[in-house]
Formats: sequence, C-alpha cells, structure tokens
Amino acid sequence: MRYTRLTPITTLACAASLIVGCSRGEKRDTASPPAAGSGVVIRITGSDTMVNLVQAWAENYKKKRPDVSVQVAGGGSGVGIAGLIDGILDLAASSREMEPSEIERATQKHGGVKPKEYAVALDALSVYVHKDNPLEAIAVEDLAEIYGDKGKIDKWSQLGVKVPGCASDTIVRVGRQNSSGTYVYFREAVLGRQREYKLGSIDQSGSKDVVALVGRTPCAIGYSGMAYATPEVKPIKLAKQKGQPPVAPSSQSALDKSYPLARALYLYSPGEPKPHVKEFLDWVLSPEGQKIVTDIGFVPVHGS
Amino acid sequence: MRRRLPHWVSRSFEPLIEWTIRLCGWSAIFFVFGILFFVFREAAPALTSGLNLKEFFTSQNWRPDSTIQPQFGILALMAGTASVTLLAMAIAVPGGLGAAIFVSEYCAPKTREGLKIVIEFLAAIPSVVWGFVGAMVLNPLIITATGAPIGINILNGGIILALMSVPIIMSVGEDALRAVPDTYREAAVALGASRWQIVYKVLFPAAKNGLLAAALLGVGRAVGETMAVLMATGHAVQIPHSLLDPVRTLTATIAAELGETVEGGLHYRVLFVIGSLLMIMTLAVNLTADLIVKGIRGRQDA
Repeated sequence: MRYTRLTPITTLACAASLIVGCSRGEKRDTASPPAAGSGVVIRITGSDTMVNLVQAWAENYKKKRPDVSVQVAGGGSGVGIAGLIDGILDLAASSREMEPSEIERATQKHGGVKPKEYAVALDALSVYVHKDNPLEAIAVEDLAEIYGDKGKIDKWSQLGVKVPGCASDTIVRVGRQNSSGTYVYFREAVLGRQREYKLGSIDQSGSKDVVALVGRTPCAIGYSGMAYATPEVKPIKLAKQKGQPPVAPSSQSALDKSYPLARALYLYSPGEPKPHVKEFLDWVLSPEGQKIVTDIGFVPVHGS
Repeated sequence: MRRRLPHWVSRSFEPLIEWTIRLCGWSAIFFVFGILFFVFREAAPALTSGLNLKEFFTSQNWRPDSTIQPQFGILALMAGTASVTLLAMAIAVPGGLGAAIFVSEYCAPKTREGLKIVIEFLAAIPSVVWGFVGAMVLNPLIITATGAPIGINILNGGIILALMSVPIIMSVGEDALRAVPDTYREAAVALGASRWQIVYKVLFPAAKNGLLAAALLGVGRAVGETMAVLMATGHAVQIPHSLLDPVRTLTATIAAELGETVEGGLHYRVLFVIGSLLMIMTLAVNLTADLIVKGIRGRQDA
C-alpha cells in the first residue's frame, strides 16, 4: 500500500516533465538543456576543419561567461549550412563561403533576412604527403591533373619522384566527404568551377582522418587544414602556376595570400545575431579570441 | 511485506496482460510496415521529380552535390556492396560453419563452453570498434603484406565483416546441428561411420534448413553493416578491379551524406531511394530463405 500514495505524484512528475520536454522541443530540437541551469545556449554546428578551434573558443568563453553555454558539433560545413537553413542553429561554422543558392534558400526560409557572415580565422589549406615522400613542391595545375575528372597524373613517377615504401607507384588520392566545406573549397580553388573530382578518391569524414591516413600510407596525397599537420606527414609547397616560385603554407603566406590555397574560415548567423551571440562573436574577434586561433594552429584574421 | 492481490483484481488484470502481450506481437508487424511506409514515402517524390532511373542503375557517376550537374549513379556503390559482401561470405560461411561443427561435434564439453563464450564475445564488439581495427591495424598490415598502395579496401572490409558475421553463423549453425537427434548419430556410429562421415552424410542433410538460415543471417548482417565498412573499405566511388581496390557501399553512402542534405531536396530523396533498395534487397534475401526452407520442409514431409 505504501506505493499507492507515491504513484500519482510520480505520474504527475512524469507528465509534467513530458509536457515541458515537448514545449521545449518545439522551439529548439537539437539543444539539450544547458548545464548551468538558467544560462543561455549558443549552438554552433558545421565545419570539421574548425571544430577544434570552435571547441577551444567554447571552453575559454566558459571561463569568461560561465552563464553562457556554447555547444559545438562537427559534421562538415554542409551540415552546418543545412542546419542554418533549417533554423536549428545560432551559428554555422563553415570553411567555405555560402553558395548564392544556399543564401537564397536561407533568406527565403527566414522571412527575407539574409544570413550574416563573419570571417573569424585564416587557413592555408595544406597539401600533405607521407613524410618519406621526396616531393617538395607541386603546381596547382598538376594538382588538378591528380584530383580532377579525366586528369592525366596517377603515378608518382609522372611528378618525377620515387616514393620509398610505395612499390606500386600509384598516387592514392585522399579527400573529404562531400559534406565538407574543404572538399568544396578545394574543388573550386584547384579544379575550377567547371571541373568535377575524379571518382575513386578515398573520402574521409574528418580533417584529422585525412592526415592520419596519409601518415600511414606512403603512396598517399591529401588535403587538410594547416592546423592538422603532424610529424608523420609533410605539407608541400604550392606554385600558382608552373614556373612560378612555390610557396609553403604558413601564417605569413596565408595572410598576404601568396599561398594559392589561402582561405578564410567563417561563422554564419541566420540573420542579425541575438545579443548574447553577438557578444560571443565580438569576443571571438577580439585579441583574446584571436590568440586562441594562433594556439590551435590557424592564422588570426588581422595577422599575429 | 508483499500482500497478495485480491482475487477480483488479478482477474481483471488478466485480459489487460493478455492484450499487452498481443500488442507486443502485433507491434512487430506494425513497425515493419510503418518503417517501409516511411522510407517509401520519403523516396517516392524522387521518382517523379528528376531522378532518371536508367542513369541511377547504370551510371557509376555519384556526384550528388555537384554545382555543375548533379549525377546520381549507384552502379559503383552497388558493386561496392556486392564485392564486400561476397568476400565476407566467402570467408565467414565456411569459417562460421566450420566453427559450429567443431564446437558441436568434435570438442570436449569444457572447451566448447570456453570457445562459445569467446566467439560470442566477438558479436558484442560494437561495429565502430571493428571499423577502427580495420582502419588502424589491418590497413598497414595489408600494405606491407600485399604491396597494395592503400590498405583500406575490399579485402580489409571483407575480413572485418567476416569476423563480425562469424559469431552469428556459428551460434545459429551450432543450434541447428545440436537439434539433430542423437539417435541419428548413434545409428551412424553403429553402421561404422567415421566422425567426418557423420557430419557430412548425416548431420548436413538433417540440419540443412538451420545451416542455410545461419548463412543467410550472416549475409543480412554483412549487407546492412554500415559503420565498420565506412571506415574499412576506403569510401571511394569506383568499380573495383581487384580485391585491393577501395570501394564505397550503399549503406556507408547514406550514413555519410544524409546529415548534409536539406530535407525534401533531391539528394535527400535519392538517399531514401537507396534505403528502399537496401530494404527490398534484404526482404528478398529473407523471403528466398523462407521459401527455400519451406520447400525443403515440404519435400521432406511428403
């Protein structure tokens, strides 16, 4: 008989929590309740290249504003932009600019309000080979022949190198999945808008996975953010055209754009950001926030 | 402390319990049809809005996100699924059935218990962990052993999937063998048959249905597996020419790409078409298995 008195109470509590859960679910379906209880939440999803950076921002921002919880998820810039269009995010992290068609869709979805773009860091998208690979530099045209549809280069010997540990001489192309902003950026910057990727590349889901795989595979070549370099791989120099001097990926060459694959990393807000989001963005662009960019291995927007 | 419920309460509970149990039974059918309906409903608009079915099945160009001209050809993906599944089955069916025969017929009861625990532990390893083993351990091994340019390929995925299917094939196969009455074995021994002759001439025909079911359950696991093949096969869209070529499977494509699609877009719909295709494939496998088993049983009864 003891529990008969408790049961209605528990039932009520269950029902109440269900109702609360539902009404919250309607507005923000991906957010879990913030840890601090009453605090506000900023949800950021997107670029895998930027996920470590945004995570570091989130952790440091917590020290400054304990009442604001910044929730970070990866998945690729495409995932972030899709989430922005669907209206389930406060900020989308993207390692490429939004396409005009995406901006149009987002604008339609949000009652004519255009998404707002914030360049928050710079990156020299690096081309990595295995550390034993003797290749030092490559021209962007050759890179396009390796990665592009109907490209003519598929052997290391065509680039004039013999790679130790790669008996088959085949160039193994490591790339990113098509939800990746890096994948889209690399296609546009290297292959141009009118050329597709050659099918059959090894598509990895993360920036780190690309570098890890290249580090374990002597025959491989891959592209990933400059912050992901490890001792197992070697970033090679790029020349804008054959005959021009090749440039190494560095903070200097990212800043003065002498490196062919220098790009910006963005945060997108679905419209004018809410006050607490705006405050976060201001902090990200402040010297304090930009120092974290350097710590992670990228380049601050205004140089260091 | 616990008091017995009055008689009238337990009386009125009984139909309630009966109905709950009945609901549990029916819910399986309800869920199967519910899922079928949902997947087909999401997929159907693709067929009327721009998906060229001929291109879909015969082209190997899978470029769903292209800004120039999106292409939805799944030939290479189907080849990927087929090649990895076939290799996995070529390893796992003999391996799993062999293990089942050894465990049920050859080994001492103590060894049997130990072996079963270990092999069934294999089944409890999450598929992501298997994928990890494929990408981190097998990849360099395959490169050094075969001289292949890359170690995440059909061979890698096939081995990983085979290891994942062996426990299922083994435990279902063993049950089937042990279900054969001992009188069969005794009769065979009395006729002077050797152990292998008993297995080959007596147990195989007697346990045919169960063994077939074991193999087909293994196929089902292999076709539907996603995470491990995503990590172990290389995720490369191409028609393979050798066991050492990386491939991409249908399931891995859905897993990798569904997150970035905008709900209701063509890419989203096409991924659901692939999902429907996978469901039709597994349904077909199960149905054939059922029919074969029924056919065998029918003939035996006659």
